[in-house]
Amino acid sequence: MTVLAKMRTWLDERLELDDLIAPLRKKTVPLHRLSYWYFLGGITLFLFIIQVLTGILLLLYYRPGANQAFESVQYIMTQVQFGWLIRSIHSWSANLMIFTAFAHMFSVLFLKSYRKPRELTWVTGVILLVLVMGFGFSGYLLPWNTLAFFATKVGTDIAGQVPIIGHPIMIFLRGGEEVTGATLTRFFGFHVAVLPGLVTVLILFHLLFVQRQGMSVPPKVEKEWNANPSAKRELKFFPNFVLRELIAWYTGLGVLGALAALFPWNLGVKADLFASAPAGIKPEWYFLFMFQTLKLIPSKVWFVDGEVLGVLIFALAGLVWLLLPFFESDRVARSKQWITGLSVFALAYVIAMSVYGYLAK
Amino acid sequence: MAILRNKFRQFGTASATAALSLLVLAAALSYGQTKNSCLDCHSVLPAPQGVTQETFSQDIHAQKGLTCVSCHGGDASSDDPDKAMSTKAGWKGKIDRKQIPQLCGSCHSNPVYMRQYNPSLRTDQLDQYHTSIHGKRLAAGDTKVAVCTDCHGVHNLRAPSDPRSSVNPVNVASTCAHCHADAAYMKGYGIPTDQFAQYNTSVHHEDLMVRGDLSAPTCTTCHGNHGAVPPGVDKVQNVCATCHVFQAQMYDKSSHKAAFEAASLPGCVVCHSNHAITHPTDAKLGTGPEGVCMQCHTRGDNCDQARAGLLSGLTQLDQAIKNADQSLAVAESAGMEVSAARMEQNQARDSLTKARVAIHSFRKDLVDQDVQAGLKIADKDLKAGQQAMVERNRRRAGLGISLLAIAMVLAGLWLYIRKIER
Repeated sequence: MTVLAKMRTWLDERLELDDLIAPLRKKTVPLHRLSYWYFLGGITLFLFIIQVLTGILLLLYYRPGANQAFESVQYIMTQVQFGWLIRSIHSWSANLMIFTAFAHMFSVLFLKSYRKPRELTWVTGVILLVLVMGFGFSGYLLPWNTLAFFATKVGTDIAGQVPIIGHPIMIFLRGGEEVTGATLTRFFGFHVAVLPGLVTVLILFHLLFVQRQGMSVPPKVEKEWNANPSAKRELKFFPNFVLRELIAWYTGLGVLGALAALFPWNLGVKADLFASAPAGIKPEWYFLFMFQTLKLIPSKVWFVDGEVLGVLIFALAGLVWLLLPFFESDRVARSKQWITGLSVFALAYVIAMSVYGYLAK
Repeated sequence: MAILRNKFRQFGTASATAALSLLVLAAALSYGQTKNSCLDCHSVLPAPQGVTQETFSQDIHAQKGLTCVSCHGGDASSDDPDKAMSTKAGWKGKIDRKQIPQLCGSCHSNPVYMRQYNPSLRTDQLDQYHTSIHGKRLAAGDTKVAVCTDCHGVHNLRAPSDPRSSVNPVNVASTCAHCHADAAYMKGYGIPTDQFAQYNTSVHHEDLMVRGDLSAPTCTTCHGNHGAVPPGVDKVQNVCATCHVFQAQMYDKSSHKAAFEAASLPGCVVCHSNHAITHPTDAKLGTGPEGVCMQCHTRGDNCDQARAGLLSGLTQLDQAIKNADQSLAVAESAGMEVSAARMEQNQARDSLTKARVAIHSFRKDLVDQDVQAGLKIADKDLKAGQQAMVERNRRRAGLGISLLAIAMVLAGLWLYIRKIER
């Protein structure tokens, strides 16, 4: 008996590991022409793990505060051994994670994986996407550079436009009337304590739901399999699917390393609270579609302030999006069409507005 | 009963408030209707007698409560022109040009009177005016020279801080040019009339009008305003020194000062000119068309050699800064973090500025101190840029090795999957 096997037996005697692993051995994943979409959620999880690990390493040197934040990131980038790599991977991974989360969401929509009984998986997923964007918004300010400072100013200003609760929310986010060092320490708290806690709990629920319900099979494939049961194929979750997932994660690691080494994340210029905003300031790409929409809405629509109207429309759209599975009924085929149409429109809108926002001056 | 009394008291308070309001309203209306019969006629008269209420209301004197009578005398309360403009009522009519400085001075030279309007305003303008070329010529009977109203305006006179004022810093040069750039008007005075055209090409004009620096020099900064005179040849450096302090200190200790004074040469102006003063470049120390040293010195003499040494120091530092900038820009475009070195480059640039100031001492040892300090920083920053590129290459090599390792793991995983699924 090898040492490893001895250790395993020792642990099994005490923790009954075999019972724990047994369901995973039985678990299967449907194998069909669209199976590769199943990897997106796993890649997003991988990037989240990377974020946690690199985030912890950054925490060893990062110092929140208007007088120290920029300098500490500068120190990480220039003086700390491999600091540049950790910081660049953290920034690139953050952006890729938001991208894969969006891609995962749309793949779930188009493969109709949100339907009963997976409504709660969808709801936790949408909340996770919002929280991940919150990670992006709060983390963007932490290096305390000019672009981040003004993007936060604009972003929190927009939050302040919401009627009645907007102003208190803005004060809460900023820690005062203006974006200052108090906002930075606040965002730091959200970024390293509040959001990770919430996201970890939600990810656990999200994964638990996926494990309990198994992978959803797209309706078209299901129909084909029902017509021809011999065509139905499955893959063992462990080790076959896990090994494939590992290939995806390793590829992700290579891409991350290449991006960090070839295009190190720029630090920018330290924020100056008294300087005027640079011309053509824009938020990060994942907020661009909302930002550009708000810019296009006229300042007054009928008697309502344009920006307020925009914020309210997005809030309403977010709520509809969150509850999307509940609008779909098995009985009415038209509602399925309606949701697919909405999904196509939403994807086209997000892409078109993001490109327009990127190109617009 | 008590309630009733309170009600009466309330009524009493209300009626007293109403009566007081009426009183204030009546006073305000009567104030607004203070009689000024002068404007009744003069507002419809053509220039120069014409003065409208609108024009006069913008005059700082009108805003402080003064009226036509304050300068012209007479009785503005009478509708009868004969009474209003009677000598009996003290009417002075149109003020004679010769009398204008004295008339203005009757208030503006009185500190006690002026204190009630503007305690910080100087009251020596008239005394200064008497010492000016304008004042002296006026006293000698030349009425073409400038008097108070020529520069400050009349009937719509504004505070100098008002950008619309003819004596606001941005308008001073045009105000002076009104006469001094008019060749026909200035004929007979024997002074050039191209100062304004020259000033418009100068670095001072650019600072004031383009960059909006209101402290930048205009005519009055160097010549004085009420006591305007051309600075004497030997006093030019004192005028320039009011702003260019360090240059003046260096020049005062230099061998050039005594030499220029002995040759009756006007200090700073010899190299920098006066009204058309341009942004100085290092080429001034050269032997090309912009060079100034060879106006007096001979090629190959000791001074020429010293000049070449000074120029070489400045050129060397300037080039070193450019090289470091370029090196850092290349590193930056490769995504490397070199902002600390970028910041240090400002110190190198400061050293170059200090070296250029030290040129006014005409001492190589002093100039070299700043040049060497700047070279040290620029050299360090150049190396920082080069080091960043070495680091960039090292990162790429590291990436290559890592990708190779990852590719091997991926191949291993793929082979293992094939093996277990066979």
